[in-house]
Amino acid sequence: MKKLFPILGILTGVLLSYALYQGLVVAPTEQTMGNVQRIFYYHVPSAWTAFILFFVNFGASISYLIKRKPAADIVALVSAEVGVVFCTVVLITGPIWARPVWGIWWTWDMRLTSTLVLWLIYMSYLFLRSFSSSGETPVLAASLAVLGALCVPFVYFSIWFFRTQHPQPVIGGGGSIAPSMLHALLINWLAFSCFAFMVCWSRYRLEVLQREVEQAHAMRSLEEPSTSMREERYLERKA
Amino acid sequence: MSAPSGITRATLIKDLRMEWRSKDAINSMLFFSLLVVVVFSFSFDPTAEESRQIAGGLIWVAFLFAAVVALNQTWARELRNQVLDAYRVSPAPATSLFTAKVLGNFIFVSVLEALMTPLFIVFYHLRSLGPAWQLLLTMMLGTWALVVNGTFFAAMSIRTRSREIMLPLLLFPISIPAILAMVQATTAILNGDSARFWIVLIATYDLVFTTVCLLLFDTILNAE
Amino acid sequence: MRANPYLFAAYAATWIIHITYLGIIARRYSRLKNEVDELNK
Repeated sequence: MKKLFPILGILTGVLLSYALYQGLVVAPTEQTMGNVQRIFYYHVPSAWTAFILFFVNFGASISYLIKRKPAADIVALVSAEVGVVFCTVVLITGPIWARPVWGIWWTWDMRLTSTLVLWLIYMSYLFLRSFSSSGETPVLAASLAVLGALCVPFVYFSIWFFRTQHPQPVIGGGGSIAPSMLHALLINWLAFSCFAFMVCWSRYRLEVLQREVEQAHAMRSLEEPSTSMREERYLERKA
Repeated sequence: MSAPSGITRATLIKDLRMEWRSKDAINSMLFFSLLVVVVFSFSFDPTAEESRQIAGGLIWVAFLFAAVVALNQTWARELRNQVLDAYRVSPAPATSLFTAKVLGNFIFVSVLEALMTPLFIVFYHLRSLGPAWQLLLTMMLGTWALVVNGTFFAAMSIRTRSREIMLPLLLFPISIPAILAMVQATTAILNGDSARFWIVLIATYDLVFTTVCLLLFDTILNAE
Repeated sequence: MRANPYLFAAYAATWIIHITYLGIIARRYSRLKNEVDELNK
């Protein structure tokens, strides 16, 4: 398993480079926007990847609430964190794209606005995880994740109706895309999905190690009464 | 009195009685509501035409602040008296307790809103072009949305560090679609437009979140 | 390669964000590894 990691890592790197080449060189230049449109090949796959990761978080949270397996809790944490990272990329590349095209940094464009709300919901999830004491964190976090995920359709619906009442410039244009552009888009999506998987795997390994170390500390404090007071106070302060 | 509805009623009456007895809390909340409206009036010039157009938004932001302060208050008192632990060991179903809490908070926040609304109307010279009953319905549905999620998150944040800031941190993002709907509905009704989509949206939101919070409250109450 | 500054900025920002996150993970991992070695002594 561990040997697979560097091999897949290198393959992912190769795929990302190929996707970069596709997006910057092979794909045709867009007529109205010019080369700025190529931001699309990073912006959109990042959004799709973030949504998938948040969906994984939803599944893992439900699984945890039902079966209470620690692995599910770790998957939930990892997918939320990496999802927020990709979501941040979307929120940064969106305005960078909007500025030259529309002259403004932020448009209350439907997709960008929904992504912002999604980012806020999962950031609040990460805050809850870091602020609650370790015993009950998995259950509280999983509950919040369920509520957050259920909120998502409402977010999209409400913003969609709001936008139809108050139209704004749409990032990325509305219409259909040329097949050669679609090809580059899909390759970038595949590359970023693999990359997201590798990042999640790394974060997963880190979390497993972290929990092992914490457990080791806890075991230590049970075995050594002289240092146990110090350990107890340390753990209490953490909680 | 072991039937769930009996427990709900008993808990609710107890909560309301305690609120009524702690007059300090009520008086300070009332004064807080007045302050919020006055500060808003200085921030958003009531004589400007634009302010009347955004009145719907102003009112709901004011209500949101009042709700957060009220929610933090009610759970803080519970925590001081270790009531949460008592809930956990009691045989009463968690759903009855949750319902009682939500109803109590709903009544409390509604009272505050009932005080702030006439002030807003007077300060901003508001007139409603749409039917008033729709405004009342919107306010009730909107308040319920804030209170049901707020009570749930308040119970969650009690166990965290920095619990006062945790509540708004958790409540605001998830409430965004509801807030958008409340504000749009209120603005539409004030301007005489149709608010049907938004009212249906809040009603659906209320239904979904009330159900899920009821289902999950027992889980979070008994977490570790 | 296209010289549009916004295009460059967007792609650069993307990788800065990803590399920063990976860097944080790597640093925490190496610190934990040190702690594990300490515990095993």
